[in-house]
Amino acid sequence: MSAATLAMTHAGYVAAGWGATFLLVGGYAVSLVLRGRKLSRQVPPEDRRWS
Amino acid sequence: MWRDALLVAGRDLRIEARSRVATSQVAPFALLVLVLFAFALDPDTGVLESATPGLFWVAVLFSGLLALSRSAALDESDGVRDALRLSGLEPGGIFLGKAAAVAVQLLALQAVLAAGVIVLYGAEPSGVALLALTCVTGTAAVAATGTLYGALVSGLRVRETLLPLLLLPTLAPVLIGATRAFEAALGGDTLTRGWAWCGLLLFFAVLYTLAGALAYGVLLEGS
Amino acid sequence: MTANPPDVTPDIPAHTGSRASRILGVAALAAIVLATLYGLVWSPADVEMGDSVRLMYVHVPTAVFCYVGCFITTLASGMWLWKRTPGWDVLAGAGAELGLVFVLLALATGSLWGRPTWGTYWTWDARLTSTALLAVLLVGYLALRRLDLDPTVRSARVPVLGLLLVPNVVIVSRSVEWWRSLHQRATVTTLDPQIDGDLLVALMTGFLAVGLAFAWLLLHRFRVGWLEYQAQRIDLDEAVAARRAEAARRTGASAAAPAATSPEPAEAVGS
Repeated sequence: MSAATLAMTHAGYVAAGWGATFLLVGGYAVSLVLRGRKLSRQVPPEDRRWS
Repeated sequence: MWRDALLVAGRDLRIEARSRVATSQVAPFALLVLVLFAFALDPDTGVLESATPGLFWVAVLFSGLLALSRSAALDESDGVRDALRLSGLEPGGIFLGKAAAVAVQLLALQAVLAAGVIVLYGAEPSGVALLALTCVTGTAAVAATGTLYGALVSGLRVRETLLPLLLLPTLAPVLIGATRAFEAALGGDTLTRGWAWCGLLLFFAVLYTLAGALAYGVLLEGS
Repeated sequence: MTANPPDVTPDIPAHTGSRASRILGVAALAAIVLATLYGLVWSPADVEMGDSVRLMYVHVPTAVFCYVGCFITTLASGMWLWKRTPGWDVLAGAGAELGLVFVLLALATGSLWGRPTWGTYWTWDARLTSTALLAVLLVGYLALRRLDLDPTVRSARVPVLGLLLVPNVVIVSRSVEWWRSLHQRATVTTLDPQIDGDLLVALMTGFLAVGLAFAWLLLHRFRVGWLEYQAQRIDLDEAVAARRAEAARRTGASAAAPAATSPEPAEAVGS
């Protein structure tokens, strides 16, 4: 197979892999930040260990 | 500690002897698994014969789960847990005793399953020494690991579903090793390699026996 | 948990961020951009593998950091058993959850790499198989954590299982490797390709990006876990206080009632 053909057939898999990574990690990060905000409202600041 | 172990083992086995669940339910289940494999894998294609070691040990694991679940259930009621904690028995001894009792049941199950594969799958035993030692070390590995994990899920409502999820991935090396050793004994591989796999089983058994004996104290306290 | 918990901190910014985490976040984002550029654009395709090697730049780091997460869980579980400070338990949970996210990514990218390379999405290659088992081990550990257990029970069982995580991973992967090595000759197209030159740079940037992202996520996951622990403690304190107030009210009421009713029977008897 020529280099060009190889590149074409793999593009989909590379895109899927990188895309899934960004989606999963990004989604997880967003959910963490949102959970953190919701919980922060219930816990007084002296019980945290950061500013 | 060894006396405590004998005491607990005796008590667990006595309860089993009186209720006869292992003989009347677990053993038939083990044979049933062998029969189900025949339904699934079509006895005419020769798959059953070549897969016998694996099918044997999968049946051991499934029926072993039942035996281990029962062993954990024996100590679930509040009275028994407190009694064990306050009894002055060494936790390590309790662990060894329970594991030993399960091991006895597992060995009996394997005898039944051996008869099963000989009759149902036409297996022809060879390399019997390797087969026997694999059964012993494999049993020790499953009994020790299973008793420890049984204590992790004892008393929980989800015990029946959580125990397999936690235990089976942990026992994957035992399944791999025991199956390869059996295959070697039955002629599919060199005996040397078979003994090497048996060695892995022994290592696994020793490791989890130590781990269980050490951890049982902590687990008993937190009951 | 109540449906609309009261806002205890109306004046203070309510989030798990801090100066340190923001710096870390910016660094992570920069590294991600760099890794994406190197991995997808600036580095050439591999001579043998083609463009699919670009998946390795994600697959290898995520697999490595999954192991890091497991290691954190086991270490923290041991420390929790030793020191009994709740932060260790929170850390153990955070490590495992991150481990699960990263192992799922490792499996997905490994599988997607396998399709153009071997023609199938799955082979029983040693690395892929033991990674799959690792995922199940993590699922099991997190399942135990999620149960609503009595605190004494929980504080014994969860760390014991956590301690066993790394030994399990090691034994399982060694056994699977030994088993599969009997069947597979070493080929170039394993999941451990020989990478050098520009490709190595791309891999290194991948490691940097994944590593910084892991650190940022771990920090926030730990803080979220810490807040959950505090919120639970507050709920518990409130519940105990409410029950005590209830009991006090009842004893106060029953102390008043007999005084009101007792004169009557005496009079009835007397008359």
